[in-house]
Amino acid sequence: MARLVRMDRTGHTTLAEWTDADDAAFATAADAFREQLEAGYYAVVSEGEGQARQVTALPADAPLVILRRPIAGG
Amino acid sequence: MAAHAGLPERSTVAWRRPIDAAALRSRERLWTLSTAAYSVPFVATAAILVGVEPGLAPVAALSLVHAWGIPELHANRGAKVVSPRRRRDEAAEATALGLLGDLVGHDARELHDRTGLVLERGALGVWLVGEAGALLVRPGGRRVHCWCVRVDDPSLPSADRTAHLLLALREDETGFATVANLAFSGAAWRVRRRLPEPMRPALDAARAAARRA
Repeated sequence: MARLVRMDRTGHTTLAEWTDADDAAFATAADAFREQLEAGYYAVVSEGEGQARQVTALPADAPLVILRRPIAGG
Repeated sequence: MAAHAGLPERSTVAWRRPIDAAALRSRERLWTLSTAAYSVPFVATAAILVGVEPGLAPVAALSLVHAWGIPELHANRGAKVVSPRRRRDEAAEATALGLLGDLVGHDARELHDRTGLVLERGALGVWLVGEAGALLVRPGGRRVHCWCVRVDDPSLPSADRTAHLLLALREDETGFATVANLAFSGAAWRVRRRLPEPMRPALDAARAAARRA
């Protein structure tokens, strides 16, 4: 089952879960995804050491999509 | 699927030159020159004092202390970028650690458990990612760049802050170094002395990995 998680003060929160066979769950996840992007989060799919890609549409085939806050120089 | 090519935060520092390998080498030369500019006059002063009047040796010694101490202060500032912050909510920390653990391999997870730093190999060298900064050990393992960079949300658990930086680094290594502020660039041994003792094995591991690269 694929997951959309947001890193937040609780550690992380699972916002949505879906499978390839469940279009309704994916549509719900896509709505949650868009809401979080509008709230200022960036969505990232990690692809192992040294590799991650930012996505602006929910990828149906990614097992884990992580929402992160922007970073800045300290 | 829509995907961005680079780190979106780059747009917040659009005036900066991208920090690629050539830009890093240029910064390394500048840091070496500035360190020499701070230290050489004190060494020269010490030599002149002793040459003119051997009785001034104590004053010359003070001058040498300055020559040694100024680069040490700079290295101390660099090492502080990965200093651990105060933990707040142990349950949230445990949850965040689980997610961070899912993002890294067994060796990196074990090193993080011991040191609080995540080792990540990149094109520019070997990175050690902390919760409010990162160290970049350059190929060969002799030089370290200390970058101050963070996620601006103090409510996040420590492991989540580290995961934010790790994901951003993986998205775009050059963009990550461009967004970050360089706090120090210099000898790895100098930074190592200033790191909290539990973190030193992480730097040793990164230097070993950088020597093999």
